[in-house]
Amino acid sequence: MATSGSSHLSSGKINLGVLRDHYRRELVECIDRCTGTKALVWDDALTGPFGLVAEYSLLKDHEVEKMFPLGPKTLQPSNVQNIIFLTRPKLKLMELIAQNLLNEDQKGTLRTEFHLIFVPRKSLLCEKKLKEMGVYGTFTSVDEFSLELVPFDNDLLSMEMDTTFRECYLENDFTSMFYVAQSIMTLQALYGIIPYINGKGDCAKQVVEMMRRMKGELGGREPQITPQIDNLLIIDRNVDLLTPLLSQLTYEGLIDETFGLNNTSVKLPAEKFVPKNQKSDEPLEPKKFVLNSSDELYADLRDKNFNAVGSIVSRKAKAITAEFDERHQAKTVGEMKQFVTKLPHLQKARESLATHTSIAELVKEATNSEDFMDTLRCQQDFVNGLDTDKVHPYIEECIAKKHPITKILRLICIQSYCNDGMKPKILEYYKREIIQTYGFEHMLTLMNLERTGLLRPSSTRTYAIIRKSLRLIVEDVHEQNPTDIAYVYSGYAPLSVRLAQHLARPGWRSITEVLNLLPGPKIEEIQQIPVALRKRRNSMTSSHSSTGDQKVTLVFFLGGVTYAEIAALRFLAQQDDGGTDYLIATTKIINGNSFIELLKEKVDTVKLNPF
Amino acid sequence: MATADWNPLGDVYYRNVELYQMEWNGLIDLNHFMIAAAPYGGPVVLMKDEKKAGRVVTNVKPVISVYNAAGKLLSQHRWNSGTVVHLGWSNTEELLCIQDNGVILVYDIALNFKRTFGMGTEAKDVKILDWKIFSSFQGTGIAVMTTSFRIYIVNNVDDPRVRKLAEVPDLNSVPSSWTILNLDRQCRALVAKNSQLFLIDQGGQYEEQFPKLSSPVTAFIEMAVSFNNKMLSLFTDTGVIWIGSSDLKEVHCEFNTKAARRPQQLSWYVIFKHLYKLYSLYIPKPIVRYNFDSFVYLVQEEDGLRIIGNEVHQFLQKVPNVTEQIFKIGSMEPGAMLYEASKEFSRRSQKADEYIRMIKDKLDVAVDQCILAAGHEFEPSKQKSLLRAASFGKCFLTEYRPEAFVDMCQMLRVLNQVRQYSVGIPLTYTQLGHLSVPVLIDRLVLRKLFCLAIRICHYLKIPDAEGASRILAHWACYKVQQKHEDEEQLARAISQKLIDAPGVSFSEIASQALEQGRKQLAIKLLDYESKASEQVPLLLKMDQNNAALSKAVDSGDTDLVYTVLLTMKEKISNMGEFFMAIRQMPVAYSLYIQYCRQQNPKVVEDLYYQEDNFLAEGNCKVIRSFSEDIFEDRVRKLEAAINCYQKAKMEFAAKQTEDQIKLLKLQRKLEDETNKPYLDLSIQDTMYRLTQNGNHKLAEQIRKDFKVPDKRFWLMRMSALAESGDWMELEKFSKTKKPPVGMEAFVNICMKYNNRSEAMKYLSRVLPDQKVQALLNIGNAKEAADAAFEMRSEEGLGLVLTKAINSNNKQLVESVKDMMNRVNTKK
Repeated sequence: MATSGSSHLSSGKINLGVLRDHYRRELVECIDRCTGTKALVWDDALTGPFGLVAEYSLLKDHEVEKMFPLGPKTLQPSNVQNIIFLTRPKLKLMELIAQNLLNEDQKGTLRTEFHLIFVPRKSLLCEKKLKEMGVYGTFTSVDEFSLELVPFDNDLLSMEMDTTFRECYLENDFTSMFYVAQSIMTLQALYGIIPYINGKGDCAKQVVEMMRRMKGELGGREPQITPQIDNLLIIDRNVDLLTPLLSQLTYEGLIDETFGLNNTSVKLPAEKFVPKNQKSDEPLEPKKFVLNSSDELYADLRDKNFNAVGSIVSRKAKAITAEFDERHQAKTVGEMKQFVTKLPHLQKARESLATHTSIAELVKEATNSEDFMDTLRCQQDFVNGLDTDKVHPYIEECIAKKHPITKILRLICIQSYCNDGMKPKILEYYKREIIQTYGFEHMLTLMNLERTGLLRPSSTRTYAIIRKSLRLIVEDVHEQNPTDIAYVYSGYAPLSVRLAQHLARPGWRSITEVLNLLPGPKIEEIQQIPVALRKRRNSMTSSHSSTGDQKVTLVFFLGGVTYAEIAALRFLAQQDDGGTDYLIATTKIINGNSFIELLKEKVDTVKLNPF
Repeated sequence: MATADWNPLGDVYYRNVELYQMEWNGLIDLNHFMIAAAPYGGPVVLMKDEKKAGRVVTNVKPVISVYNAAGKLLSQHRWNSGTVVHLGWSNTEELLCIQDNGVILVYDIALNFKRTFGMGTEAKDVKILDWKIFSSFQGTGIAVMTTSFRIYIVNNVDDPRVRKLAEVPDLNSVPSSWTILNLDRQCRALVAKNSQLFLIDQGGQYEEQFPKLSSPVTAFIEMAVSFNNKMLSLFTDTGVIWIGSSDLKEVHCEFNTKAARRPQQLSWYVIFKHLYKLYSLYIPKPIVRYNFDSFVYLVQEEDGLRIIGNEVHQFLQKVPNVTEQIFKIGSMEPGAMLYEASKEFSRRSQKADEYIRMIKDKLDVAVDQCILAAGHEFEPSKQKSLLRAASFGKCFLTEYRPEAFVDMCQMLRVLNQVRQYSVGIPLTYTQLGHLSVPVLIDRLVLRKLFCLAIRICHYLKIPDAEGASRILAHWACYKVQQKHEDEEQLARAISQKLIDAPGVSFSEIASQALEQGRKQLAIKLLDYESKASEQVPLLLKMDQNNAALSKAVDSGDTDLVYTVLLTMKEKISNMGEFFMAIRQMPVAYSLYIQYCRQQNPKVVEDLYYQEDNFLAEGNCKVIRSFSEDIFEDRVRKLEAAINCYQKAKMEFAAKQTEDQIKLLKLQRKLEDETNKPYLDLSIQDTMYRLTQNGNHKLAEQIRKDFKVPDKRFWLMRMSALAESGDWMELEKFSKTKKPPVGMEAFVNICMKYNNRSEAMKYLSRVLPDQKVQALLNIGNAKEAADAAFEMRSEEGLGLVLTKAINSNNKQLVESVKDMMNRVNTKK
């Protein structure tokens, strides 16, 4: 489990340290319910999020002596008094747990008590499953720990539920929306009722309705706190299916696209990071880096267009060298002392500089490849509305060369979106090409894409109108000193973020027509705040200038958000005339690959019996 | 005079305040009744005691009546069980009736039967001799002594678990006295065997006790424990009263009453009753004696003693310190002076100023005293005059916090309300502090004084969720029990009153209605419940499956939906019927499918079949085909899938599935012939492998059969040939007529497998516009630059330049830049 400090969480406009503390308290309460020494058995998917909330030393303080991943094998031997299973409510995992317990039964270990903690919620089905497998009675206690929104950074929360979009749009299962609504209720309990709610999309509507219900269930026992968050904007991924498919061009986005960021940490080939004189021939384990705003340089770099990264890194390098050189000018003891106090900070900065130079080099290798450039060119053609109505030769070529299927599907989906669906002939051609090249099983994946609307036959033309009225394409982007959010995709402004931008100023009324073209209903709701709890605003005249009056908007992306979109929102918050600070929450941080991967139909092929 | 009813006792005073003129005056002679009154101004229960009445014992069952503290009849009930030997109240104002066989019946204040429990078989068999009701750490406890002198104890009447106490050694006759002591969080009994004292506990241990007594004792005949369990008094057969701590280690006083007869009731607050005489004792000199002319019953309170008689209900207490400080004759306390000053002020006398000046420095103390003293008064007029004094004093203070004053005014108002005859709860300010306002409100609710309770909540600004809503919910529960009212009207009346009250649990009211057998009413009420998690289980309990399902779906709580689905599945044995029921709810339906998909895929297929969803059914079949390991089975599954797709008019899917079968059959044949693995490869991969294995003819055949586009076929073939190093064949292939790909593709594929010399072969045939890129791919940047320059292609030069910059070839960068300039200038 990664240990990470949490001080950076408190530095934002909304102190997310409060949320983290809330979860820590609940977790400790959960664990402390069983007395004595403990071993934790983890559902693997939970270790990441938990690492961001509670570090090992905290658990150790509460008598947790050992931690194991949950696997199909028997539990590792340990002489603790309690074994606690921490798991998501998934039937598959229940089978594993039951196996573990049955094995334990055979070994006949006595005196150990078993506990089960569901994250985030108990599930009747899982409990039933455990009962069916005859192990439910073995548990001394069955509890739940509602870890919902994991604080990733001082402005970023993620629920780390990776299958949300698939469940909602393929399987018609809106369980995750219930969790979302609950998580917003938790936020409101900690940071006050959010007075204005806007949303777009079917899922957004569901969430708002559930919130209304939950508010009713609270029965007047609402938190008596002055609201710290002014607006809530809920954006259903279904409203903007284009953005996540495009290649992100920010530093953080590219790291995610090329290496995969997981719970703010990334694993990179270690060779790059070994000092030159220590090179050995043995293959090294990938090295893990935690990337968040506690690293000053990273906080500076992550949201920049990758083309601007080089210059910042070199500027920074010069600055640090200059600061180191100060010691030569230090003459008096006092000056020397002052320098020494700065030293740890400087050294840390230098270290981070070295790391990011290496990471940037790694990313550059990937982006310099012809393939990357060609893909990008193809994407740019599509979003500009060029050549969308015929079979694109580059896609054709990629299929023939059997490039990764995810990449192909991404491109085709982009084409479909930008052309408002494809002519049946073209769509069928692509489909056949894919099935013939990659195999028959992909027919099901293609059907899934059609069901979710990512691929569709042509319909009324709307993309051109949306593109124009929301100004999705910006011709002259400044990658170094951007003036518009379009820099995150070098010329394309993410639709979802444009919606947020318009909501802040001048308001959605100005884009009613476009909103009607986008799928799903539009939601506008006001939650009444008791007069006593309302924010005291300065008089109208002074409110324009003072930055203290900046409003905070929570943007909740249902079904995932990309790092580039996050960067765009951060960019908006930094604008002088923006007047809005953004807190970003999502069910999962995604990129084009993980998004498509999610919608694939996974088929386990049994090898045919040759006889 | 304020001190007229004070009785001095040593250096303190006692006062006897009249609380009520009893409403039962003239109707009831307490002497003939079994009586029990609850503390904190609680209700009084009476039951005619045949023996006391001196009449012939008849078989007519006695009537049991509950009165409030003012003697107003609250409820009556003809007793219809066994012989009651004792009555008592629990701390939640439940009536406890102890029968001679150790069975305890519990009633509420309105004499509705609540529950019953026994004190064990021994008590039942041999009957009980004596009993005690006491307050324990968990609530109210009961102890009984059987005729065989064993003591059984229940620590909490809400959770009756009978425990046997240790036996006193050699106890062959009735113990002279006994009581229950609450020590160290455990209840023990103190039993007197004549002059010996034993402490017995629940763990089977006994311990003899030796309190210090100066005069000889032959037997302890009475004991009493103080309200807070800290003090104990013992009464001996010689009339000596001993008072000490309840662990018998400290002695406070000893006093000879010279009354040799056993007192009727020994009660704490250091008072004991002897016939119609009441002795009040005070350490160290006991003095006061009150005389009554008829039977009285004593109720011990924490700050005094209530004396219930036939005509009046009095309250005897030690005069509280502040009251004494203010009203004692000649008192010079600040409070007393302020009180005087206020009186003078109202008389418009300048003396007021003099008094104020005298206590100028201690004015805050004076105000505090007056406020507190007001709290101890029963008469509103006295309260007012004290509060007026406090308010007068407050005017001279600049930084006095008003909370205490406001608080006292509010509390007194509440107290005066509940002390009224109709309510009859004579609480003192001290008692209210101990009881707390929420409990007081509960007690009002118990007495069905809903309106008063709500008014108090509003007056004290208690949040609706904790106050008014809760009371309304109780009111509603009470309402649904009244069977004579029309259900429709009742539901409307209840909802009207409660719909705006936050936090009302309609499900509780509904389950109350259900308990009363009013199912329709319960369903109507449940509709108003906002918490689906409470609403749904109750609906299920009432067999309202569809309503439960729709409510669960509305809530969005998946777990709740599954609860309903699984319950329904158990209840409805006919699967078809079950599916019909859930089909109307698309969300529930897809959740059920989701569940089946993980549990039993076959069921999912059946479900799709049932609702004619052929596409989904076909997909299921395709997915399942992959898990068939027998060739024929897999083909059969796929054929079935084709059938489904055709029904669903999905020609494309049907065609693809057909192709797949064709491919499988072909692959199978290939495997048989070549003994190499082909199965489960895609069409492309099959051709690839065939090409690698040199079987070009068959690859060509597949290309025709499956209509593979030219370009893809070419690229596939080139790649396969290059990978297997068949450069000859590759070259031959390149020369077949009209290649659909450019020669640069050949260059690239050679380079991919690092064969530069082969790549060079194709270079000359590359079209001019691709030449620069091709040269770059070969790695010949210099020539690429020249070629670009020759063509005067800025774009080409740009490509070379990027490449040069990326590979850090400075020399080349310079020369390319130079070329670019030249190209530009020539234009």
